[in-house]
Amino acid sequence: MKIIVCIKQVPDAKDVRLDPETNTLAREGVQSIMNPYDQHALEEAVRLREELGGEVTVLSMGPPQAEDVLRQAISCGADRGVLISDRAFAGADTWATSYTLAKAVNKIGDFDLILCGKQAIDGDTAQVGPGLAIQLDIPFLTCIQKVRKANEKEIVMERMMDDGYDVVAVDYPVLLTVVKDLNEPRVPSLKGKMKSKKAIIEVLSAEDVGADSSCIGLAGSPTEVVDVFPPPPRGERAMLTGTIDEQVEQLVEKLAVYL
Amino acid sequence: MLIVDNELCIGCGICVDNCAFAAIEVVDGLAVVGDACTLCGSCVDTCEVEALTIEGAEKNVQMDLASWSGVWVYCEFRAGKLAPVSLELLGIGRTLADARSVKLTAVLIGSGTDDTAENLIGYGADIVYRADNSALEYFTDETYGAVLTKLIQEHKPEVVLAGATAIGRSFIPGVANILGAGLTADCTQLAIRGNDGALLQTRPAFGGNIMATIECPSSRPQMSTVRPKVMKALEFDVERTGEIRDVELEPAQLQSKVRVIESVVSELDNVNIQESDILVGGGRGLESEKGFELIRELAKALNGAVAASRAVVDSGWIGYPHQVGQTGKTVAPKLYIACGISGAIQHVAGMQSADTIVAINRDADAPIFNVTDFGIVGDLFEVLPKLISSIEGRRK
Ligand SMILES: Cc1cc2nc3c(=O)[nH]c(=O)nc-3n(C[C@H](O)[C@H](O)[C@H](O)COP(=O)(O)OP(=O)(O)OC[C@H]3O[C@@H](n4cnc5c(N)ncnc54)[C@H](O)[C@@H]3O)c2cc1C
Ligand SMILES: Nc1ncnc2c1ncn2[C@@H]1O[C@H](COP(=O)(O)O)[C@@H](O)[C@H]1O
Repeated sequence: MKIIVCIKQVPDAKDVRLDPETNTLAREGVQSIMNPYDQHALEEAVRLREELGGEVTVLSMGPPQAEDVLRQAISCGADRGVLISDRAFAGADTWATSYTLAKAVNKIGDFDLILCGKQAIDGDTAQVGPGLAIQLDIPFLTCIQKVRKANEKEIVMERMMDDGYDVVAVDYPVLLTVVKDLNEPRVPSLKGKMKSKKAIIEVLSAEDVGADSSCIGLAGSPTEVVDVFPPPPRGERAMLTGTIDEQVEQLVEKLAVYL
Repeated sequence: MLIVDNELCIGCGICVDNCAFAAIEVVDGLAVVGDACTLCGSCVDTCEVEALTIEGAEKNVQMDLASWSGVWVYCEFRAGKLAPVSLELLGIGRTLADARSVKLTAVLIGSGTDDTAENLIGYGADIVYRADNSALEYFTDETYGAVLTKLIQEHKPEVVLAGATAIGRSFIPGVANILGAGLTADCTQLAIRGNDGALLQTRPAFGGNIMATIECPSSRPQMSTVRPKVMKALEFDVERTGEIRDVELEPAQLQSKVRVIESVVSELDNVNIQESDILVGGGRGLESEKGFELIRELAKALNGAVAASRAVVDSGWIGYPHQVGQTGKTVAPKLYIACGISGAIQHVAGMQSADTIVAINRDADAPIFNVTDFGIVGDLFEVLPKLISSIEGRRK
């Protein structure tokens, strides 16, 4: 079973914030982390390999420092790390990112299964997984919450829907995006940590993966960010006062429109 | 690529502070751009000496933009029901179509849609493409994607909107990718520029800490998924007229490699919290599964639905579909009551756009109070029973 997991390095949410007064980003040394959803994708890949054998390759597109999340993935059980990194990728939207990742996947070679997080927490788009599947011309399923059964030929799982879930089955190759409910990611083992230190991360450029320069980065992106601004500030915080009974009464008054 | 004009740059560092990606440094009195730059452009506008420009954005796509016309809305239909967001989309779609003096078209895909198409006209559509077939009873990305893609290719609309629901956010990205169209996820504001028809799509990023406006200058259609509950549906008008066109489906469009074995509608707390006007959110402060029952009681008294922090979901007191926040759902109800929730940024990211936020917490310094309109500092086990009985009393 050959599995590829797509992993994105993202800024930790708690560090990023626009100051509404100065309109500048208040940022105390933005920490980079592995996108939380991708940790669940990785964990599932490692479990499937433990059950069915094979190899787990982690793939990331990003700046050179994204190597850190690939090493972290290796310490949690991945076998091989591939980073596609090129200044020319800057400004890529989800279309250009899917295209670039597809080129890298083709370069990596055969695969049965590709796992992605449901979404990356910096952009929250949830579009790269489906886009990558389309570029590779394979079926995809989003928001997988449980794998019920997997063998060499097919995988049966539950996909989360707004009103419950669907039980679905599909043969490989397929791309899945996963949600947090799927599993509990493991912490790196000592052996894993040693392995990740020694691991060689393959770094590929746009040229290495044969990407068309008009399809990558800003040039390959149909969407363009034209403005960035802080969200409208919320009103003053109002604390109710008095005894608990009085506060409850005041609150019920305030909420009268909703009753 | 982001270019620094060394003649103009004074090394003031404003761009450094404005970069969300920590991609700019000041070295020897000049701004230097690192590899982490995503070309988001937020620094360009803030540079007072205009030393920053983004270059090389020449698109090679030479599309005849003028041949694309009309506003389309994908209307989600599942298990015999129309998703409420569909009507909200027709509301905003009507505004956009009128601004461009074009028709508003609804696309209805499913099985057993009955009189839904007629209703869509009453809610604002001029044309309804109806793909009703038993093979479309269960949603699959392939079948729904194939139907919608072909219709778009044939009729070339300028704008395509869909709900940012589980279904919309699953197959619409596939459709956009096939079409090479720009797609903006989870929009909370939409406007259209009269002269060139550019759709200005605004959405939160970084868990709601930043808003971004996005355009698709060189490709069509311009596609967005739109967050439920932020747009307004029109009043139903029986007088409104329109045309229903049944779509001829080809066998290939009705085939999927994915086999849907069953569709399970969850029984307990069976609501989609994103569609609810009133949400009562419970956190670890409820202490136990039994304590959490108070949340259900309050929700019931208010006729609202139950939401939860991740801590509660992880403890198994309620299912993941009820989790609000960065790794759960983003909600924008009219009223959100946070009970025993500390207000971690990851939780607040999912609910800060509620109209009114109430918090009850015994810790006066809990960060949740930074986003609340009305706060009560007190013990939940004292406050909630009183609140519930007071509300029930009033309702009688
Ligand atoms: C990558 C990542 C993603 C995350 N995603 C999410 C997410 O999507 N959603 C989410 O919610 N969290 C998320 N979290 C977790 C988040 O950081 C917090 O840990 C979580 O929200 C805390 O839940 P809580 O407020 O219920 O619990 P706590 O932080 O333990 O807060 C409990 C609160 O209850 C109050 N309290 C206790 N007893 C009483 C009483 N008797 N009466 C009144 N008040 C009382 C306490 O004062 C306290 O403020 C994420 C974390 C990470 C790292
Ligand atoms: N630059 C990237 N490198 C690797 N994987 C990515 C990248 N961007 C997105 N992904 C994958 O696509 C998923 C969805 O991302 P997004 O569409 O950006 O919300 C993530 O959880 C990752 O699995």
